[in-house]
Amino acid sequence: MTPRQVHSPISLRARALACGRGDTLLIEGLDLDVEPGAGLLLRGPNGAGKSTLLLSLAGLLPPLGGEVSLFGHDPEDGPALHYCGHRNAVRPRLGVRQTLAFWRDINGPTGLSVDAALERVGLLPIAGLDAGYLSAGQQRRLALARLLVSRRPLWLLDEPTAALDTDGHRLVASLLAQHLEQGGLAVIATHDEIELPALRTLALAARA
Amino acid sequence: MRGFLAVLWRDLRLALGGSGDVLTIVLFFVITGAITPFAVGPDQALLSRIAPGIVWIAAFLAMLLGLDRLFRPDQEDGTLALYRLADVPLAAVVAAKVIVHWLTAALPLIVASPLLAVLLAMDFPTFARTVVSLLLGTPALAAFGAIGAAVTVTTRRGGLLAPILIAPLCVPVLIFGVGAIAMGGGPDQAGAALLFLAALSLTALALSPFAAALAIDWGEE
Amino acid sequence: MSIETAPKISWWNRLAHPGQFVALTRPLVWPLAALTAVLFAAGLWFAFFNSPADYQMGDTVRIMYVHVPTAWLSQFVYATMAVSALGTLIWRHPMADVSMKSAAPLGAAFTAMALFTGSMWGRPTWGTFWEWDGRMTSTLVLLFIYLGIVALWRAFDDQLRAARVVAIFTLVGAVNIPIIKFSVDWWSTLHQPASVFTPEGPKMPGSILTPLFIMFFAFTFLFLVLQLVAMHTEVRRRRIATLERRMARGSAA
Repeated sequence: MTPRQVHSPISLRARALACGRGDTLLIEGLDLDVEPGAGLLLRGPNGAGKSTLLLSLAGLLPPLGGEVSLFGHDPEDGPALHYCGHRNAVRPRLGVRQTLAFWRDINGPTGLSVDAALERVGLLPIAGLDAGYLSAGQQRRLALARLLVSRRPLWLLDEPTAALDTDGHRLVASLLAQHLEQGGLAVIATHDEIELPALRTLALAARA
Repeated sequence: MRGFLAVLWRDLRLALGGSGDVLTIVLFFVITGAITPFAVGPDQALLSRIAPGIVWIAAFLAMLLGLDRLFRPDQEDGTLALYRLADVPLAAVVAAKVIVHWLTAALPLIVASPLLAVLLAMDFPTFARTVVSLLLGTPALAAFGAIGAAVTVTTRRGGLLAPILIAPLCVPVLIFGVGAIAMGGGPDQAGAALLFLAALSLTALALSPFAAALAIDWGEE
Repeated sequence: MSIETAPKISWWNRLAHPGQFVALTRPLVWPLAALTAVLFAAGLWFAFFNSPADYQMGDTVRIMYVHVPTAWLSQFVYATMAVSALGTLIWRHPMADVSMKSAAPLGAAFTAMALFTGSMWGRPTWGTFWEWDGRMTSTLVLLFIYLGIVALWRAFDDQLRAARVVAIFTLVGAVNIPIIKFSVDWWSTLHQPASVFTPEGPKMPGSILTPLFIMFFAFTFLFLVLQLVAMHTEVRRRRIATLERRMARGSAA
């Protein structure tokens, strides 16, 4: 694949970030920079605050201090990030294709077509099935396909490989590689190995 | 607009697609109304006098019953968090959900209300006025309900709490809703009540998506 | 919560710091409590011994000296909560959360007192404990709103999140209260065109007004004292919760 800039170059910057749940401080005084085409792997033991940090970066959880900014992002372009958390947002009684088409309508049809995205994650053969029949790993693949139908430069992934088989692990790695090649950026919290040259690692220590 | 319609269709499909929620709510409405004569006695004159009130109370309770599925399933499976990052404004998502709530928890009741009209010995003019007042008033109940559901969506006991929070706010809707039917105050009083009811519904519909969206944005995590 | 911040200069920011708030306002509690006690003593003396019995209602008119101030507080406390809610939503003032949370049970208590004294008074004057007149009914609805808000506070574990959500609901309630009041008035005139006895007649002799005024201030100051103490308690309760959580985490790690 040849490198091509698809995303407008934005960079993620956090300064003196403090985040936690309620008034329980998990992370304090964190500075981080992620440039276009680069990814950041968050590592650390359970309870170190990886998920909380991702939620704060996504703006879903107000930080307790410091700030998060996206440089070069025009608010007119709509939201700049995809968040993919533990919960897959997959609902029984909606078809696989319907689910993805729904997210394409909600987030804007700026990426792949629904069928192309399903093909990419390997769900096209069961596109007509009720999403409630999917296994945990297949649901996770459907959640990943959501990132492909609407193009956004920043991906925040929380345990993207959870419930996935080895083939799924390779899928996550290749999706990430492609996303970063296109000038996107990513922050990934994971316990699994994702081997990509563009990934740096940030280790979060458990707080006593 | 595209996203708004997408939410509308998705929720309609989920509500109607074999879940039986709509049927449950309609049954609750009819049974609540049908059970009243056992409590107050089968006196036809008395029943027909209080019938509009019974219908309104039954509709009110039935709509409260359906509140919990407004946001909670979406909160539990993570959809609500994604709505907050969506291209569509959260208020538009809430507005679509209010409309679906009305279509699946209020409109079926109005369709089923002739049944109660027969059981409770309503005459036709009263029944017609009841339908009009329900049509004008239930959107306000749906709108207030959305606020109640939104502020309790992340609490564990939210399903019990939302009706308690919302009931006092719905007092004006009940008053004007039944007032529009009652003949006691003369025809111009009933007309005024209908206008108040319509005004309440319009204002509540216009403002509640914003309040509910704020509550979700700040309360959800 | 901003715990490890450098001391700031402006009084607004000082008040925003829970610890500073307690330190600054603690000296006010005892003088205010003393003032409240004096006002109550004077007010009750006037109310019991130095005001005339009503020619119609007799001594029961003295219930008014408790009923009217608590009825006023039932609305004043809600206004306090609404202003605090704005403080939470717009200025993100940490003490606004605390003020909102402490005011809710106080408001419920005063509203319940207003209803209780109202029905005590209603028994001899109307011949019934409860009359669905406009004022009583809207106060009852207000009590339900207060209790709902108290229940909403308790439903959340995370108090910071709770504050923002409760603030929104408080403001929704504030917008609705005039509508509820209007609708209830409309409803009560529709159902009982015969005018019930109105306690606050236009012409009140000064001998009634004096104790009423004193009691009015006594109750308002009582609210201020209780509110301050409740806020201090709440600040302390939160600090204890934080410390406990920190200890739990320390022993777990």
